[in-house]
Amino acid sequence: MREVELLVIGGGPAGLSAAAEAAGMGASVLLVDSGPRLGGQLIKQTHKFFGSRDEFAGTRGFKIADVLLDELKGLSDRVEAMIDTTVVGYYREDGTVSLSRSEDEYFLVKPKRIVVAAGAQERLIPFPGNDLPGVYGAGAVQTLMNVYGVVPGKKVLMIGAGNIGIIVAYQLIQAGIEVAGVVEAMPRVGGYWVHAAKIRRLGVPIHLMHSIKRACGDKVVEGADVMELDERFNPTGREFHVECDTICLAVGLTPTVELLWQAGCKMKYVPQLCGYVPVRDCNLRTTNHSVWVAGDSSGIEEASSAMVEGRLAGYGAALSLGYGERPDRYLSFIKRLENLRAGEVCDKIRSGIACVLCEGGEQ
Amino acid sequence: MELIESHPILEFSHGSKVSFTFDGRAMEGFEGEPIAAALHANGVKIYRYSPEAGRPRGFFCAIGKCSSCFMVVDGIPNVRTCVTPLKAGMAVETQHGRGSIPMIGEEAGRDA
Amino acid sequence: MDDRNDALLYNSGVLTGPRDGVCKAEEGQWKAKRGGYVVIECPQRIPCNPCHTSCPTGAVLPFADINDVPKVDFSKCTGCCRCVARCPGLACFVVDLAWKEGWAMMKLPYEQLPRPQKGMAVDCLDRIGRKVYRSVIEQVLEPFKDRTFVVSVPVPADLKDDVRAVKVVAHDAE
Repeated sequence: MREVELLVIGGGPAGLSAAAEAAGMGASVLLVDSGPRLGGQLIKQTHKFFGSRDEFAGTRGFKIADVLLDELKGLSDRVEAMIDTTVVGYYREDGTVSLSRSEDEYFLVKPKRIVVAAGAQERLIPFPGNDLPGVYGAGAVQTLMNVYGVVPGKKVLMIGAGNIGIIVAYQLIQAGIEVAGVVEAMPRVGGYWVHAAKIRRLGVPIHLMHSIKRACGDKVVEGADVMELDERFNPTGREFHVECDTICLAVGLTPTVELLWQAGCKMKYVPQLCGYVPVRDCNLRTTNHSVWVAGDSSGIEEASSAMVEGRLAGYGAALSLGYGERPDRYLSFIKRLENLRAGEVCDKIRSGIACVLCEGGEQ
Repeated sequence: MELIESHPILEFSHGSKVSFTFDGRAMEGFEGEPIAAALHANGVKIYRYSPEAGRPRGFFCAIGKCSSCFMVVDGIPNVRTCVTPLKAGMAVETQHGRGSIPMIGEEAGRDA
Repeated sequence: MDDRNDALLYNSGVLTGPRDGVCKAEEGQWKAKRGGYVVIECPQRIPCNPCHTSCPTGAVLPFADINDVPKVDFSKCTGCCRCVARCPGLACFVVDLAWKEGWAMMKLPYEQLPRPQKGMAVDCLDRIGRKVYRSVIEQVLEPFKDRTFVVSVPVPADLKDDVRAVKVVAHDAE
């Protein structure tokens, strides 16, 4: 069984940042990702990011992935990265972790410390026909389109006007694919107003106070029935049909937290953070004192905060292993997170985090 | 293959083109990319039929977390085609129901 | 009923009137300013400030709080279009009213295919994507060499508050 100083689970913005920070402090890191490439959701993002200079505002997401990967390349003597490798179990008795690589190889690792940065998964809303081929997660469509250059469909109906829904709708248009419209149950878009404005001026309708009634088609999606809702989300009776071959669900994400349950972390259901998340201190250490959490696994938020959380978690894990303090960096991470979360659009996040913050960790 | 020919922001680089079969039909895809991407580019959207009600299922999450995309690949069922890289000569088949896992000593054959 | 429709329209990403975060120059000065002034339409408080950090003259004012909406000191704006190309939300535009009497030269961000070129015919779209004018691209800039282009298209001056995007007209027979 292989012993490891720090195991970082997940190679997206949070995981890459955690690995870079910890290795930068001198820790030796094993970074694993279940997918075929490092970078997580960043590699699919063609739009420019928000935030401040520190979070690479104005830079396209996939370029940000390159910056983080370059940083890791510079630390290659201390960071080993494995792709196609899924962590499948955490054994509480002795902290052993089991992994499966390419579904061929099964092996065990004994890490001294762990950062769980496993991201999130897409949710589903129930409606007749929701299992038809052609109903895809928005992230999935983005992967087909932006990573593999495959046409996901000819005419897409987007369900959900959060940032993911409207950004993916814009990216579909960039790829030359027709977007029939965006359907949103609330009386306002959930995503940034400017993202919505971008697609409205390209002629994409956003049907507020509407929801999908059913996906139509015998063996694959051929269309959708969309229904109007009132202020209480009850159908008003008004409906219309949309011809489409792809229905994209952008109805929310939920944190990926199975390993945290297995590790015995205290978990709490927090609607503002979109599901079950671990209780953690201000440095992102969970109630299992060898396990830190960062990114969407700690609560659904943005890539910008995922990167800073990764830094914080990697810092904390490395510090606990005995690697040197860097108080300026530590304080800058705390400050950046505060700034990113200060506005009204983050009221929900702040109130959610307040529900799961525990003591200990103040420096 | 239905690929995005040009894009305002991205440049696509693919690995080598390889042949594989889907339900016995010859197809082409890019080595190292997920099987599901190759199937999609070839217009194949139905990957399996569910065990109880026989409902058609296909691609959904693309990150190996939902089980919608399970297919039989080289005789092994329940392969997550959205995260499994395509290899030359792979035999990909529509999975009907739960599939049957070949035991050690048994040959991984078709129609098990 | 009109208020509710207006609210729903705004909530779907369509500007319905002036508000904080919508920055426009004063009309008299605007008509005299060669090269034009920026127009910013960013009415929501979100954590973002590349419009300020990309501005070489400080015309887009520093943000006390990164979540603030943008504010512009038009006396410093040169119409250079850097913010137009940098804004992640494509919320900045430059409008030149001094180019020709009765006309507005619209300088808009563009990230679609085909790659824009001087001389291409374009449909000018309003905030809900309706074609309101047919024009021709006068100039193309790519300030940061990052595939966000700034295309200059002339439109009748009375359309300066409507035109917010362009779509290249497809050639039918080539």
